[in-house]
Amino acid sequence: MVRLAYVQLAGCCGCLVSLADTYERLLDILDEVELVYCQTLMDEREVPECDVVLVEGAVCLNHEECVEEARELEEKAETIVALGACASTGNFMRYSRGNEQSAPTHEAFVPLTEVVDVDYAVPGCPPAPEAIERFLTLLLEGKTELLEPFAKLAEGKTEYCGCDLMYHVVNKNMCMGCGTCAAACPTRAIEVVDGRPVVNEDRCIKCGACFTQCPRTIWPGDEAIKELVMGGEEE
Amino acid sequence: MSELEEVMVKGDEELLGEHLGVFTARSTERRILKAAQDGGIVSAVMIYGLEEGKFDGVIASVTDPDDPEEPWKPRPVVITDPDEVLEAAGTKYTYCPNVSVLKEAVRRYGCERVAMVGTPCQIRAVRKAQLLPVGMRHVPDKIELLIGIICMENFPYEGLKTMVEQLCGVWMREVAKMDIGKGKFWVYTDDGEVKTIPIDETHPFEGEPCHVCTDYCAELSDLTAGSVGSPDGWSTVIVRTEKALELLNEMVEQGLLEVKSIEEVKPGLGLVEKLAQAKKSKNQKEIEERKELGLPEPGKVHEQL
Repeated sequence: MVRLAYVQLAGCCGCLVSLADTYERLLDILDEVELVYCQTLMDEREVPECDVVLVEGAVCLNHEECVEEARELEEKAETIVALGACASTGNFMRYSRGNEQSAPTHEAFVPLTEVVDVDYAVPGCPPAPEAIERFLTLLLEGKTELLEPFAKLAEGKTEYCGCDLMYHVVNKNMCMGCGTCAAACPTRAIEVVDGRPVVNEDRCIKCGACFTQCPRTIWPGDEAIKELVMGGEEE
Repeated sequence: MSELEEVMVKGDEELLGEHLGVFTARSTERRILKAAQDGGIVSAVMIYGLEEGKFDGVIASVTDPDDPEEPWKPRPVVITDPDEVLEAAGTKYTYCPNVSVLKEAVRRYGCERVAMVGTPCQIRAVRKAQLLPVGMRHVPDKIELLIGIICMENFPYEGLKTMVEQLCGVWMREVAKMDIGKGKFWVYTDDGEVKTIPIDETHPFEGEPCHVCTDYCAELSDLTAGSVGSPDGWSTVIVRTEKALELLNEMVEQGLLEVKSIEEVKPGLGLVEKLAQAKKSKNQKEIEERKELGLPEPGKVHEQL
């Protein structure tokens, strides 16, 4: 059985809440894995050796222990997954100035993808419960072909934010104005005007949802959709 | 075998996408036909679905032909009342971000069974949202039916306005209906005038992003409707999923749809296949040309970052 650890770095716990928000399907997922570490759910102080580690939250560079904890995951886990935007793209932690009162000097927060060699990144703030479920199911079933986009996002080349949507979709003459980005945005930073997204940069938190959800940036392939969506699995 | 299944035929799945069958149909309701673009299939399905409680919300686009600023500019809406469906009837030849209200339909309207009508690219967007719903919390299992429309390309609003006002010589606010068919772009005015321009003259106004799409018949829909292949006032319908077939069967049994074999009508399925092939070849070539320029391939943008 797959040994799964859940590590929380600098974040809000929202990704874990989203994972739990799969309701009864969470039980199916837990049936498939042996949960070996998760501070919120179990009393286990050290991250043990494991097959998969899901990491939520950003890495605080001012916090030696946090950096070490993150780096050690490379030794401890076979597969490292940056779950959610803080670990994947940086998210609003990029703008965090001063941590909680006990450590007001903490201000350098970067995504896990900048610090360690991450295998897969699942953006979103938080990623939808159904997205986490799909990702874990594909991972546990070893359908790595469909996970390739997540592996690519884990390279952490950019934030995959509203700006990237402009530079790499709209500016490349590929946006057909479907409105997916606007629906996916958790902060309502995107409005479709004259058939193209207009991003309110003050509201964009760099969560990567718009870029990742856009059908023109990453297309999973018609066959996957016919098999996993239209084949009746969702019914 | 049902009355509908008796008239259904199969076409070339390479061109039309996988399907259970194709037929020609129109609504039997006068009020629907009066408002609809062709056979009123999309409106009839939406009304039936809402009335029977199969859907509790449908996403469509409405337009205000009398808007003082931007007449005929569509906006997406979530409709929950079957009596409001006909306000959204008819084709709008410009972009309307239907998918942008998808999460709203589920979250704000609380819809559990959503139907959406959309262009092939929009249907694809929703299917991806079901497969990898990164930013689509609680949306994937709320999609009840996706109705695709046959689409060669779309026009930006300013492009459409130029076609209507400059080339056809009609003010947008005077337009009663627009149509594309028989090699022409048609404008019908409120005064009963009909203006046309050859379809070739509309090409410069097409949206460029449409040129990287090779999906003519909304291949990932539950059912697709469009005028191509059927006579005036009728629609060609492609049924892809059992769910859609069941719904259409019920509608035929209840006398809500009149159906015919597409083999009995002109111009017939051959035209749909011919135009699907044309879109695929033309746009595949465009994708290759863009690649040579160093531009990303649609669906593979992340690979090049």
